[in-house]
Amino acid sequence: MKTPAELSVLGDVEIGMRSEADAKLVEDFQGGERLTDTPPPKKRGIRLVMIVPPMLTFAAFIGAWYLYSATKYDIAAQRRNTLPYPHEIIREGFMPWWDDTNGFKPILEYMWPTFKVTVVGLAVSIVLGISFAVLMNFSKHLERAFFPYAVILQTVPILAITPLLTQLFGEQFGVRLVVTVLIAIFPIITNTLFGLQSTDRLHHDLFTLNHASRWTRLRKLELPSALPALMAGIRIAAGGAVIGSIVADFFFTQGDKGIGYYIRTRQQRAAERPEMFAGTIMATLFGIVMFLIVGWITNRAVRNWHESGRRR
Amino acid sequence: MVFPDGTHAVDDVSFDVHPGEFVTVVGPSGCGKSTLLRIASGLEENTGGSVTIDKSSIGYVFQDATLLPWRTVQKNVELNAELQGMDKATRRQKAMEAIELVNLVGHEGKYPKQLSGGMKMRCSLARSLVLNPKVFLFDEPFGALDEITRERLNDELLRLFLHERFAGLFITHSIQEAVFLSTRVVVMSARPGRIIADYRVPYDFPRQHDIRYEPEFAELCGKISNDLKDAHS
Repeated sequence: MKTPAELSVLGDVEIGMRSEADAKLVEDFQGGERLTDTPPPKKRGIRLVMIVPPMLTFAAFIGAWYLYSATKYDIAAQRRNTLPYPHEIIREGFMPWWDDTNGFKPILEYMWPTFKVTVVGLAVSIVLGISFAVLMNFSKHLERAFFPYAVILQTVPILAITPLLTQLFGEQFGVRLVVTVLIAIFPIITNTLFGLQSTDRLHHDLFTLNHASRWTRLRKLELPSALPALMAGIRIAAGGAVIGSIVADFFFTQGDKGIGYYIRTRQQRAAERPEMFAGTIMATLFGIVMFLIVGWITNRAVRNWHESGRRR
Repeated sequence: MVFPDGTHAVDDVSFDVHPGEFVTVVGPSGCGKSTLLRIASGLEENTGGSVTIDKSSIGYVFQDATLLPWRTVQKNVELNAELQGMDKATRRQKAMEAIELVNLVGHEGKYPKQLSGGMKMRCSLARSLVLNPKVFLFDEPFGALDEITRERLNDELLRLFLHERFAGLFITHSIQEAVFLSTRVVVMSARPGRIIADYRVPYDFPRQHDIRYEPEFAELCGKISNDLKDAHS
C-alpha cells in the first residue's frame, strides 16, 4: 500500500500537469472551436519525476566514492591516492581551466584524436556492418560462409594480436581505426541481420504478389523493417567504438595520441592520479555523449511508427 | 495439394468464379481454405490439378491488414501500384480515390499504429483497389475484428463489390458473413479439403443490412451450419 506521504507527492505532480492541460482546453474552447479531438500534448521539457531518481543515485555514488577514498591513505605519499577525492580530481586534474601544459586544456587536446578515431570507426563499422548483413541476408550460403567469422571478430582477444595488427596496419591512425571497427562492427552485423530476417512473412507475400525484385524488397521492405534493430545495434556499437579507440591508445604509440595515452601515462605516479581520473571522466562523458547522440538519431528515425517511439 | 511434409491440404475442390460473382468458402479451421487462396494467387504451387486465373490483376486481402508500419495511410495505399510501376502522379490520384471509397478521408497522414483495427483493414482494402483488380481474393480479412466493425465492413465491401464488379473469392469461418456477402457459398470438409455443399444465395444486390434477420437468411445459415457439423464427424 502507498503511504500517504508518497501519495501527496505524486498528487502534486499530477495536479500540476492537469491544470496546464485544462488551461489549454479552456483556451481551445474560448477560441470558439476545437480543432482536434485529441487531448492537448503533454508539456515536454524536464519534469521533476524525471531528474530526481538519477540525481539520487548520483548522490549515492559520490557518497560511496568519498567513503572509499577516505579509507585509502597512502602514508609514503602523504595523500589519499588509490582513489582521490572527487574534489581533488577537479582541483588537480581539471584545473587550471585554460593552460597549455596542465589541467583541462591538454585533456581536451587529447580528446580530439580519440573523437576522430571513434567517429570514423563507427561510420566505417556502420557501412561495413550493414553491407555484410545485407549480403548474408541475400543467401543462406553466404551467411554460412561469413557469420562464423563475424563471431570470431568479436571473440578474438584483440590485445593478444596487437603485434600482428602493428605489422599489418602500422601504429598510427590506421591501426586505431581497425581496433575500433573490430569492436564496434559485431553488434551492427548481428542486429541488422536479425532485423532483416525478422521481416513479416505476410509482408513478403505482399511483395511477392506485386512481383517485387530482390532489390526492391530489400529497399522498401527489409531495410525499413530492420531499422529499429539496426539502430539498437548502432547504439551498442557507439559505446564499443569509444572503448576501442581508447584501448588502441594503450598499445599503439605512434601518430596522434588520444585520451587513452593521456590516461595510460598517468597511471603510475600517485601525484598524477587525479589527472588520470580526470582523463577517465572525460572519456566516460564522451562515451555518454556518443550514446545520447545515437539515441536521439534513433528516436527521430523511428518514433513516428515504431512502438519504441515516444507515445503521443 | 500435398505439401512437402506430406500434409494433404486440399483434395478435390473445383469451381469457377466469374466477374460479378462473389464466392465464399467456409469450412472448419485447417481444412485448406487458405491454401486454396495461396494456390489461386500463385503464392503456392499446386501439386496437382489446375488453376486458371488472370494473374496480372489480382487483389489479395490478407488475414492481417499487412500495412507497412513506417508508411502513412496514403503511402500504404499507394504501395501495390508503386511496386507494379505505376507513375507517381497517377498512383497518387488513384490512391486518393480509393481512400475516399473506403471512407478514410482525413486519415491520409496517419501511421498504422494510430489506426483502429477496422481502419487498418479499410486501408488494406484501398491498397488493393488502387489497381482495379478483376479478381479479388480475401483470406479471412475480418476474422480479427469485433462483430460490429465486421458487419459494417461487410456492408462496405458489398458497396465496393457493386462499384467495381470484380470476381470475388472470400474465405471465412463466419457463416453469417458468408451468406450476407456472397452470390454463392461453397462448404468444405475437414482436411484433406473437399467440397461437400454448394449453395446459391437468393438475394439480389444491393443488399440491405437487415436481410440478416430474415427467416430465409437464417434457414440458409442453418443448413450450412449442419453441413459443417457433418464435415467434422
